[in-house]
Amino acid sequence: MSHGNMNLTLKVWRQKNTKATGKLETYKVTDISPDMSFLEMFDVLNEQLINKGEEPIAFDHDCREGICGMCSMYINGRAHGPKSAITTCQLHMRSFKDGDTIVVEPWRAAAFPVIKDLTVDRSAFDRIISKGGFISVNTGNAQDANCLPIPKPDADAAFEAAACIGCGACVATCKNSSAMLFVSAKISQLALLPQGQVERTSRAKNMVAQMDEEGFGNCTNTGACEVECPKGISLENIARMNREFFMANIKE
Amino acid sequence: MSKLDSKIPEGDLEQKWTKYRSTIALVNPANKRSLEIIVVGSGLAGASAASSLAEMGYKVKVLCFQDSARRAHSIAAQGGINAAKNYQNDGDSTYRLFYDTIKGGDYRAREANVYRLAEVSANIIDQCVAQGVPLAREYGGMLSNRSFGGTQVQRTFYAAGQTGQQLLLGAYSALQRQVGLGNVEMLSRHEMLEVVTIDGKARGIIARDLVSGKLERHFGHAVLLCTGGYGNVFFLSTNAMGSNVTAAWKAHKKGAFFGNPCYTQIHPTCIPVSGDHQSKLTLMSESLRNDGRIWVPKKKEDAEAIRAGKKKANDIAEEDRDYYLERRYPAFGNLVPRDVASRAAKERCDAGFGVNKTGEAVYLDFASNMKYKYGKQEAIKKGITNPTEKQLHELGKEVVKEKYGNLFDMYKQITGEDPYEVPMMIYPAVHYTMGGLWVDYNLMTTVPGLYALGEANFSDHGANRLGASALMQGLADGYFVIPYTIGAYLSNEIRTKAIPTSHPAFEEAENKVREQINKFFAIKGTKSVDHFHKRLGKIMWDKCGMARNESGLKQAITEIQQLQKEFWSDVRVPGSADEFNPELEKAGRVADFLELGELMCQDALHRRESCGGHFREESQETEGEQQGEAKRDDANFMYVAAWEFKGPNSFELHKEELKYDVIKVSQRSYK
Repeated sequence: MSHGNMNLTLKVWRQKNTKATGKLETYKVTDISPDMSFLEMFDVLNEQLINKGEEPIAFDHDCREGICGMCSMYINGRAHGPKSAITTCQLHMRSFKDGDTIVVEPWRAAAFPVIKDLTVDRSAFDRIISKGGFISVNTGNAQDANCLPIPKPDADAAFEAAACIGCGACVATCKNSSAMLFVSAKISQLALLPQGQVERTSRAKNMVAQMDEEGFGNCTNTGACEVECPKGISLENIARMNREFFMANIKE
Repeated sequence: MSKLDSKIPEGDLEQKWTKYRSTIALVNPANKRSLEIIVVGSGLAGASAASSLAEMGYKVKVLCFQDSARRAHSIAAQGGINAAKNYQNDGDSTYRLFYDTIKGGDYRAREANVYRLAEVSANIIDQCVAQGVPLAREYGGMLSNRSFGGTQVQRTFYAAGQTGQQLLLGAYSALQRQVGLGNVEMLSRHEMLEVVTIDGKARGIIARDLVSGKLERHFGHAVLLCTGGYGNVFFLSTNAMGSNVTAAWKAHKKGAFFGNPCYTQIHPTCIPVSGDHQSKLTLMSESLRNDGRIWVPKKKEDAEAIRAGKKKANDIAEEDRDYYLERRYPAFGNLVPRDVASRAAKERCDAGFGVNKTGEAVYLDFASNMKYKYGKQEAIKKGITNPTEKQLHELGKEVVKEKYGNLFDMYKQITGEDPYEVPMMIYPAVHYTMGGLWVDYNLMTTVPGLYALGEANFSDHGANRLGASALMQGLADGYFVIPYTIGAYLSNEIRTKAIPTSHPAFEEAENKVREQINKFFAIKGTKSVDHFHKRLGKIMWDKCGMARNESGLKQAITEIQQLQKEFWSDVRVPGSADEFNPELEKAGRVADFLELGELMCQDALHRRESCGGHFREESQETEGEQQGEAKRDDANFMYVAAWEFKGPNSFELHKEELKYDVIKVSQRSYK
């Protein structure tokens, strides 16, 4: 079926499972439309592979509208590809040229083992959240929502930090595989709100401890995470997390 | 005698829930620790139910097919969540939210359920704020509201265009807290493939570990399906790629009746289809209709010129634009409910006024509010006298950016056009399914111990859901309904010891799942799963979409049955069962969609009336002010259609009559 007029060469990371050794394989795709998303181009490639009796490429994706955080391709050396402030699923083929060669790899980090091909295991993020990325309030105990006025600038800043989609592009981009942008976004959101004050100290300590245990690296302030973050999570959050962590330690 | 007992409590509508809630049997804390509950799905309904039940002391196990509970498709809800808080002092009340929802659902929902929903709506906002969900606020620090379709008050709470994300992350954090405390066992990348019943009660599930491919048996005293809707039966929809009907469908085949399967919500404001490569459609939030005006050209030659690329939207003079919603529905204007807005768009496009290459698009235009509402306000604030048009545009643009920035960016990303400068092009697309597993007032299906929550059940939206009510219902079911109602069942289960999964019922269920998987690999056909899914989607969209008629539906049923046969003889599933294999996952889901599609057409065929999202061409008003509007038939169809699975291609209809004690049933008019 003809879609458009772009012909591309793809070099895609293939790896049978976590233990297997992977390598880049070369594929050609033809008649790609500039209106396709990057993942739709992968759909075309996979359809082609299935029809040829080969195994399609496994990759994570779900909402395909840039919010679930599941898609995770490292394209031509950049997390989520050449454009800034978008996820892989929002990247469209009009960002490429006919004849281009595109290299596609999975997120690479010790804490994100490859499951298959371009799919990695990001459950470390969930374990970090379960150590303190919440406010301990049981269902049914809440007071009227407007009993707690929150200054708009605080609410807005908390929202900006809370916009993190947990995709892991920050980790994939960082030369140290640091998860600090992700962790700091959650710590910031809750530290900025009055509801988050009660557990502020333990949250910072416990989440950072789990982050270290998972094997994420440290931050050396290169700022690459902020550049590649599809949701524009600011580096300021890391500064705030460091303050929170420092304060938490001297308080005890 | 009907097999359906809705278990609606006696008494006055306003008192039903309060009284009932206080009399449901309780389970003491020591017994809760030995009662196990399986929750399938981790969206708003699943995460809120799982965390609340774990907080209460039950042993909870949660499964989701994604890599994390935080990915569930609730995350993509944009516009907001309704609650009868009356913070705006504009006359809102529990009754009014109840009334709007019943009317919006075209008088096809239960009064008692909807009243309960409206009652607990206010608690949801309290709960979410307590969790640290950063909802939008005014400068005084109070929560902000906006309007949604089908209402005349401002009761929608929001977090920019990412309300679903923020609410889900709130519920997810509550869930992860319980995971950390050891009260919830979280199984991500797991898909439920069968319900296990013992002595007629749900006692567990068979799931596949999607990474290792291993089939697993899980016991539970009760099983909660919080698995969302089935819009992906249409292939193209605003649902996530993985959204599926499998859990609900397996339950259906194990005895759970399926309620109103044909009630599908086609959302009026989605980005139009651009080509045959398309894998999904993207919604542009209904909240945009607060500030956007929908129009097509008045003159056919203008529409033709636009389609041919000879004219642009901005070339059409104000007097040559047909703001057809404002023209047809002056009382609600651009904020009519979704089904009405979708049909009106289809009507204009069918009549030849569509504005993109395919002729299937209308304009959603922000220019006038941007300039003359927000631009002027800002100019006054900044003390600019006699601002130019350009100044107004620039000033207003900043306000619009703050309100809808992420949606405008998304639109630009997908279409390559800048909606701050030119009107958006939109067209209706499948978005939500009001139908789902039939449940009683306790949210229990017709299989004892098996519950359905959120979009997976049929309960609260009748034949059409109002905007910003899905988030409300998901969280109401999970936070404020099931924690109480599950006691009615589990209080009788305290003597039931955990059943070992070596029980023959588990064995049999697992074998059935394995058989199906082996069958997929044995076919070795020539066509991919997507090939069949796309063909099914086309049949459904053409014949069971925005408008339906008898002959089309009959044809669709024949075509789907044919497609089922082809699928089971010619599908190609690569790879093997004992590995991470997304094609195998898809094959299972599409096999179920193929069966569901047939039932949807059956249901649509039997309901010879138009109501809500279900529009039968044979049943429309033929004269007077309401000409061309949907025509309900209350005398013959004021019931819930609950379908029982009787074997392949065979379904039996049961009816739950709907009684309206409080609301006066009338023609649904937004004029």
